Amino acid sequence: MRALAPGPARPLVQLAVVFLLVVAPLLLGDFRLFLLTEILIFGLFAASLDLLVGYTGLLSLGHAAYLGVGSYATALIAIHLTDNVFAGLAAGVASSCIVAAATGWLAVRTRGVYFLMLTLAFAQLLFTLAITWDSLTHGANGLPTPKPTLGPGDSGGALDGGTAFYYYALVAFLFGLGLLRAVVASPFGRALVGIRENESRMRSLGYATSRYKLAAFCLAGAVAGFAGSLTVQQSSFMSPSGVSFEVSALALIAVIIGGRATLVGAVLGSAFVFVIRDELSSAFNEHWRLVLGLVFIGVVYLLPRGISGLSARVGGLLTRRTERAAGEPA
Amino acid sequence: MTAGTEREDPPALELRDVTKLYGELLVLDAVSLSVDVGARHALIGPNGAGKSTLFHVITGTQRVTRGRIVFAGKEITRVQEHVRTQLGLGRTFQQTSLFDGLSVLANVELAVQQQAGVARRLFPSARRRTRVSERGRELLSLVGLGSREAIPAGALSHGQRRQLDVAVSLATEPSLVLMDEPTAGMSRDEAMAFLAMIVTLPDSLTILMVEHDMDVVFELATWISVLDAGKLIADGTPEAIRGSRAVQDAYLGEGEHLAKLFESD
Repeated sequence: MRALAPGPARPLVQLAVVFLLVVAPLLLGDFRLFLLTEILIFGLFAASLDLLVGYTGLLSLGHAAYLGVGSYATALIAIHLTDNVFAGLAAGVASSCIVAAATGWLAVRTRGVYFLMLTLAFAQLLFTLAITWDSLTHGANGLPTPKPTLGPGDSGGALDGGTAFYYYALVAFLFGLGLLRAVVASPFGRALVGIRENESRMRSLGYATSRYKLAAFCLAGAVAGFAGSLTVQQSSFMSPSGVSFEVSALALIAVIIGGRATLVGAVLGSAFVFVIRDELSSAFNEHWRLVLGLVFIGVVYLLPRGISGLSARVGGLLTRRTERAAGEPA
Repeated sequence: MTAGTEREDPPALELRDVTKLYGELLVLDAVSLSVDVGARHALIGPNGAGKSTLFHVITGTQRVTRGRIVFAGKEITRVQEHVRTQLGLGRTFQQTSLFDGLSVLANVELAVQQQAGVARRLFPSARRRTRVSERGRELLSLVGLGSREAIPAGALSHGQRRQLDVAVSLATEPSLVLMDEPTAGMSRDEAMAFLAMIVTLPDSLTILMVEHDMDVVFELATWISVLDAGKLIADGTPEAIRGSRAVQDAYLGEGEHLAKLFESD
């Protein structure tokens, strides 16, 4: 149990999962591979939200704003300037980081329900802006964007086709998740947990807690923007629904279903949410949200630490059983 | 107190006409006092005397209405709480304030890493991180919690929580520690163990404590200031305070048990 406590993924399990992700294109059809790519990208987005919700204790209801800013920046760069993937990523990260810094500067001064309302208000503001700023966003019609390319300009190396883009997204996902994991393991990350546990004591220890919260907010916003770039690069289309409240809510549900303050849990939760959406929308049409809601309630009651908490528990049971088996004299 | 010019040898802490109003209510009335470097200075007084408010304005959780606070020769009246900590003003809490979900060692490390300037780093060297852990363990053994580093702070007993609270405060390397009723709620044995621990702290560390337990006060204090109804009514050595008529009167309302402590014989 103790070995599993900080995060359910131990080195061996991690290696196995990465291996499975690498060979996934050989095992999955086009549709499933597209879905897996979506899950990885949304999972990274949810993990960035986990940095705020799970580690820092800041419950944001408007994280889609930063995903959306990243998406729009990438889409606009691709349409007007270059379809190079890295230019798109850079634009997405930089713009979302700037917007997160500006909104976060205000938001981190509030707490609890006020923080919740303020983040929600910012996101709704951006959503409205995306709909009404027709000349830039084409409003509700959305922006079709060219496929991204690896090479400079239009010279080739198009990330066309599911497999090539999948590997690109996988590398980006591992990079993003690795970055977040390094952050939460660092002294800075531990300070964030300290703020979640007891902010006033952190102040009395000499921490300028608002600055730490702002840094976490910017970092989470930048990673969300990174995921936003990937989202638009995959779908080749951006519309205001990508900044909607539903996106923020789904990410929050993914974090809670997966288990807070684990990062990996956010990805597992995303997989869960997306699979429910895709499997149930064929059977239930628009009612899949209702089912997701019921599942969500069930998880909150039955698994307070989410899916990753469950896997830790099962893992603990297994280790105990093996230990007992090993300890038993023949 | 008169020896030495202020510039050469500033007191650890100096309050000048500190006044605090809550609306119309005068809670602190022009309190002036000085805490010597290395003193074990106790702040006592009946309930409602303004001790807690005085404590809060010194730590910076509340602001004074009028007056000045000078810490080690530097005016801190308008300085923010976390900056006061960085200047060397530490505190412990009446309701022990810890990180209950984190291990005992992690509690101290949070304070050490801030003091060592490592806290803002995303990728500190392994050597720096070891040094943070080592200093954390050192402090835990200093307060007698050396064997408990791995358990969550929330699982400690009341007395142990106080000890950890002190270790966390000391980790900020303060020159002055403010202690808010450090032995409140402790059993007799716990209080005595706590006192024994305080006695082992270095002389260079100044301690200013608000304390209800008169046994603790007279056991430990080298200097005592007495507040009553927001005013400083006595300030002196334990012997002088014990014989003070004004202090006796102030404590009469608190019942005979306490008043008796100050009867001179």
